[in-house]
Amino acid sequence: MQIKKSSKEYDVIIVGSGAGGGMATKILSEAGLKVAVVEAGPHFDPADPEQRTQLKWPWESPRRGAGSTRPFGDFDSAYGGWEIEGEPYTRVPGTRFNWFRSQMLGGRTNHWGRISLRFGPNDFKHKSIDGLGDDWPIGYDDVKPYYDKVDKLIGVFGSKENLPNEPDGFFLPPPKPRLHELYFIEGSKKVGVPVIPGRLSMLTKKINNDRGVCFYCGQCSRGCSVYADFSAGTCLIFPAQKAGGQIDLFVNAMVREVTTDDEGKATGVVYINKEDRQEYALKAKVVVLAASACSSARILLNSKSKQHPAGLGNSSGMVGKYLHDSTGASRGAFIPALMNRDIYNEDGVGGMHIYTPWWLDNKKLDFPRGYHLEMWGGMGMPSYGFGFNPNDLNQYIGEKVGGYGDQLRKDVKKFYGSTVGISGRGECIAREDNYCELDPEVVDEYGIPVLRFNYTWSDHERNQAKHMHDTFEEILDAMGGKIFGEKPGRDADFGLNAPGEIIHEVGTTRMGNDPKKSVTNAYEQLHDAKNVFIVDGGPFVSQADKNPTWTILALSWRTSDYIVDQLKKRNI
Amino acid sequence: MDRRDTIKTMLIGSISGGMILSACQPDADGNTKTEGASEGAYGRTDKEKARDLQIKGETFFTEHEIATVSVLCDLILPATATAGSAVQAGVPEFITFIVKDMKSHQVPLRGGLMWLDHRSMTLFNQAFVDCTPDQQKQMLDEIAWPDTAAPEVAQGVTFFKRMRNLVLTGYYTTRMGIDDLGYKGNIATVWDGVPADVLAKHGLAYDPAWVAKCIDQEKRAVVAEWDAEGNLVN
Repeated sequence: MQIKKSSKEYDVIIVGSGAGGGMATKILSEAGLKVAVVEAGPHFDPADPEQRTQLKWPWESPRRGAGSTRPFGDFDSAYGGWEIEGEPYTRVPGTRFNWFRSQMLGGRTNHWGRISLRFGPNDFKHKSIDGLGDDWPIGYDDVKPYYDKVDKLIGVFGSKENLPNEPDGFFLPPPKPRLHELYFIEGSKKVGVPVIPGRLSMLTKKINNDRGVCFYCGQCSRGCSVYADFSAGTCLIFPAQKAGGQIDLFVNAMVREVTTDDEGKATGVVYINKEDRQEYALKAKVVVLAASACSSARILLNSKSKQHPAGLGNSSGMVGKYLHDSTGASRGAFIPALMNRDIYNEDGVGGMHIYTPWWLDNKKLDFPRGYHLEMWGGMGMPSYGFGFNPNDLNQYIGEKVGGYGDQLRKDVKKFYGSTVGISGRGECIAREDNYCELDPEVVDEYGIPVLRFNYTWSDHERNQAKHMHDTFEEILDAMGGKIFGEKPGRDADFGLNAPGEIIHEVGTTRMGNDPKKSVTNAYEQLHDAKNVFIVDGGPFVSQADKNPTWTILALSWRTSDYIVDQLKKRNI
Repeated sequence: MDRRDTIKTMLIGSISGGMILSACQPDADGNTKTEGASEGAYGRTDKEKARDLQIKGETFFTEHEIATVSVLCDLILPATATAGSAVQAGVPEFITFIVKDMKSHQVPLRGGLMWLDHRSMTLFNQAFVDCTPDQQKQMLDEIAWPDTAAPEVAQGVTFFKRMRNLVLTGYYTTRMGIDDLGYKGNIATVWDGVPADVLAKHGLAYDPAWVAKCIDQEKRAVVAEWDAEGNLVN
């Protein structure tokens, strides 16, 4: 098969169009560079009437929004999921990892929870605090100016709280709590758990003249047709195109490898056009990988050459190592005081108006790292699954479960909006022996070797999950709740989600000052090839008990500034 | 005001901040799609559209089965003075689709319907659909209450739970069902907190210090500006 080559040479090729790739596209194109963005999935615009799902009613889907083809339901905007036809991945027997991929313009930023938390000073230096994992080669002060710029460019609501490891930013004002959230605030207060306004990237207030303001439909996971929430397409790539940036956007283009020259420097990428299944080569001075932590690791491992026999950037053997996802556990409850509610529109923003950042001292606990709490509930729009077991909650109030006829209608109304839940999202310790690697035998439908995962939890994470459930029970109990189910035991990892399921996987190309122990330097630049950068979650040394997106954005901006500077100085 | 008008108003008014609903950038082929969506569009990819079409072309239930499902629909959710029945809401059509979409429903439903007819033959010597409403209710009374049902009809209880779930979910995801439930959202609005009478009923009040941090909805259309310390100045 012949590789079709383009005669055009770009300044930069960016692989992937999510948070990291979108930010790099904006900053590098605004610097006047000629940019190619290579995205594995199709174009996507939540304002395109053919692609839009926002404000659709459940009956507009014949399956009423069920998750038959999209794991989060028909109206979720993520194309892809835990399994993608024709693109398998494997696991080392006895280990678990579930990998969520979303191949489309904007990637996973189209459906994410928009929880936008800065890492704090401790989060970059945790080894110095508890001796576990490693410190980052950079600290909060290096990233702070970029967090500030991201806040102002994209918009995040929140409140100034002066908490030591939860830095404040340039916030838009948060929305007022909903009724169930007031119950959470009251219940948490009784048991000494602090609650503050949520920090999410939705525009409660106008931030510029290009984007709309939130109109409180609660559907951010569907993508916002007036661009009032953050996604990489609507807030970074489209504005960069509109500003006249020299951007060639390649969609349905699956990158196989980064090509290199005799000196080991990158010369471009080879991708497979999914529509004609032919291979194409693109050339550039700089290659920026932003395909997601695991996909970028896969591309590096598949980029083998004489100069890079173990894969590009992998002279240390660290590519794919230190893979880690947030921990997660959840619990629900029925709140009798929320029965027979007055019904009004409380859709709010598409996420929590309140949350609890980590509030305890790990030195006094039997696990090393913290977690934050996310609370949910409310009178949501029905979709497939609504009305299942319509009056099972009668068991808590001494009434009969089951039946048929008019009584069912009364029961459905009686219990509407009376169930709530809490999720804990915590930090896992990054370990060398949690990793992804190339499966020696399996290829995807494009002939590209696939990833094999090896991931296990340790007692650091299990004990944390046990503590989460203790907290859930205290809070839900203080709210007068009837808690669902029993506390999960050791046999069930104390209720921990399987690795990967929180979709915060990072660490596969971690940064560091020692080229023997890390893949990139503090500017996300490969130690082994000066003109290759990684701007997704791969360079994270540790995950923190925060969602990674805001840090991916800040670091991508910082790296993009560095690329512009290094090109000017002719260092790359 | 219908939904389309609501959106229009929202976009023209201060809520929108100047966005046009159908505004979008040229796609990879250079086409700009500014026209409205095609009939029945709900954001499907080409692969998903093909799957929907294929499912719609398939047949699973026999006529007798769907007739039985319809009778069960209206026993589970009959019409009331203010709301239509499950059949009026189109629930049998939904169930006909969902059993093809989620194959895990097929054997339990087909087998359950057969179980029901067998029970009906045993008790009344005729198929369930041919029984009188009283006879049908007598059979449902046996299987509709899991905590008190007799062990010999346990399989019927399991079947009826599934059937009831599908009927309710099919009903409450229609216009008719949502109106009956009273859900008020899925429209453009401005959230400014829990209504005062609801707060009072629950014995709750907003903490003034908390509310002071929250958005002043009067200023939502004013472009945000901050001082150097990150304090919003407008």
